[in-house]
Amino acid sequence: MFARIWPLVRKEFQELRRDRYALIRLLVPPILQMLIFGYAATFDVSHVSTALLDRDNSQASRALVARFVDSGRFRITATAHRDRGITDALENDKAVVGLVIHAGFARELAGNGGASMQAVVDGTNSNTALIALGYVGQIANRYASDQAALRADSRQPLLYARLPQVGLQGRALYNPNLDGKWFFVPGVIGTLLLMMIVNLTAFAIVREREVGTLEQIMVTPIRPWEFILGKTIPAFLIGLAEAWLIGIVGVLWFRVPFTGSVWMLLLGTVLFLLGAVALGLLLSTLSRTQQQAFAANFFVLNPLFILSGFAFPIASMPDVLRWIAAVNPVRYYLVVIRATFLKDVGLSVLWPDLAAMAAIGGALLVASILRFHKSLE
Amino acid sequence: MTVDATTPDRIAVEGLVKRFGEFVALDGVGFRIRAGEIMGFIGPNGAGKSTLIRILCGLLAPTAGRAIVGGIDVARDPEGVREQIGYMSQKFSLYDDLSVMENLRFFAGIYRIPPSQRAERMRFALDMAGLAGREQALVGTLSGGWKQRLALGCAIMHEPRILFLDEPTSGVDPMSRRRFWDLIHTLSAQGVTVLVTTHYMDEAAYCNRIALIDRGRLVIEGTPAELKHHALGGQLLRVEGGELGRLLHDLPGEPGVLDVAAYGNALHVLMHEDADAAASLRHLLARRGLAYARIEPAEPTLEDVFVHMVGVARQPASAP
Repeated sequence: MFARIWPLVRKEFQELRRDRYALIRLLVPPILQMLIFGYAATFDVSHVSTALLDRDNSQASRALVARFVDSGRFRITATAHRDRGITDALENDKAVVGLVIHAGFARELAGNGGASMQAVVDGTNSNTALIALGYVGQIANRYASDQAALRADSRQPLLYARLPQVGLQGRALYNPNLDGKWFFVPGVIGTLLLMMIVNLTAFAIVREREVGTLEQIMVTPIRPWEFILGKTIPAFLIGLAEAWLIGIVGVLWFRVPFTGSVWMLLLGTVLFLLGAVALGLLLSTLSRTQQQAFAANFFVLNPLFILSGFAFPIASMPDVLRWIAAVNPVRYYLVVIRATFLKDVGLSVLWPDLAAMAAIGGALLVASILRFHKSLE
Repeated sequence: MTVDATTPDRIAVEGLVKRFGEFVALDGVGFRIRAGEIMGFIGPNGAGKSTLIRILCGLLAPTAGRAIVGGIDVARDPEGVREQIGYMSQKFSLYDDLSVMENLRFFAGIYRIPPSQRAERMRFALDMAGLAGREQALVGTLSGGWKQRLALGCAIMHEPRILFLDEPTSGVDPMSRRRFWDLIHTLSAQGVTVLVTTHYMDEAAYCNRIALIDRGRLVIEGTPAELKHHALGGQLLRVEGGELGRLLHDLPGEPGVLDVAAYGNALHVLMHEDADAAASLRHLLARRGLAYARIEPAEPTLEDVFVHMVGVARQPASAP
């Protein structure tokens, strides 16, 4: 039954071995991208470039500014002397946040009325702006309550003690320090695998079509499913090796803990690769030339990436996009890979995701076998 | 004639039509090829030769008509046909980045040659291609003649009864071409049916039968000798010396002149079959005041036949 598949698989690896750049192509980009992604893909906001206009220039205002800088979240990159200076700094990308402390800040703080300051943000990147604003609020509030506590201590300790307070004790499970890398690095493994493997397989059939070897294979009695499997298995094995490679970099370099079961991860990876390889082959059967395959790749991979939950929560998407995301194998793989890395959950929790990947992968594989006619038309 | 699966011919084709949208690639082609016969299809580029072979291999579906290959209707059971055929496409289509041996092993595997026979068949293909001793050479580094003999070797390793060769000798040096044709004759002697296309006229002489194909139509078919002696329907004369350009321009359309074509530094003039065609032509040239050095009967070549027949076939239907 597998008599005709083995020669194909062997041939794929022989070709790979002859290709002196293959090893570099398969090793360097994933490691490099893992490093870049691992450092760059983060929503943590720190060292935000900040323009400062301190109209009060008092001990109190300088203490407040010091709080901002000491938090590590803000970095003073411009000092303004007029309102105009703040907008200039934002406009010229010298700063993302502008802090304005009004004249009389120290006096108002000492008096009974509240002292006010102003924060201006560059809203172009709404996400960063929002997070930065949140930090501004936190730091200002903490400063204010510290000031209040100081005064209460010195004047009316009893009164302050009686003020009702709600104490919040937040505790993050699975990622106690809310380290963005812990969230992103497993995701990077999934999305990198997707791109590498779909690319590898999308060109697999198209290349043979362009070179002319496909025509020679078509006149042999090989069956379409034999041909597709012969093309699938090598890409699948390469994908598995890539998954380990990228995963090991994630654990060793970025120190993301791996708490779950290796077998669980292996099962999830196998099912995910089935979908990725089948998707690539389907694109390959739909394309006549390598250019077309390239364009099709681009057209398919970007939406899969965006609708994967890698960065943007699928739950917050409109219905239509959520339906599309429901048939995206990456989305389920990210659930499995994050869960096995961080949560150590098992089959009882992950089976729906595993089943979804198996169904999607199986359907895509059948589709590509049906699509591959041994015909030149 | 009716063609069905019981026909004793190895290849039987009837009323084959292939359209690609508006373009008619094959326009009602029919022929038969017996076991051990070498049939050559000759025609200009775009005549429909490759389309014909691809239909017979089951790579393209015919728009109309039937093709029986090895007793099997290609349109019904292409896989059944593929067990029996070997195919060499116009474009070299082995793996350049694999070695000679790796290519042979690949095709031996795809054709499921039993392991007990595998080594022997691969050895046979290797010797036939003259590549013994170069088993480990990468195919991409071989020269044209070797590549093409290796491609033939890969195509016959499973001992097909029918061989389709689509312009197998294009881009191959004359010595290699000669050697290639010797191989074809060896196979034919063993009973293999060969359908080969070419646009080298001299190669047609190697075939048992020739079919001229032009614009999707089979213009004429027969043995090389039949074609040379009957297809022209006139007498061929060779005219040397004089102003060939003027002759080429003035002669067509004159009474008794069927066709004029340049042939090296002489002209080939096809005259009506006549008691003395040479005398008629001399008379004609004298009357028109055209100079020449010699007129003598010429042995028609296949090229003469081809040029003439294509000209006849392309004349509008209203002409005589």
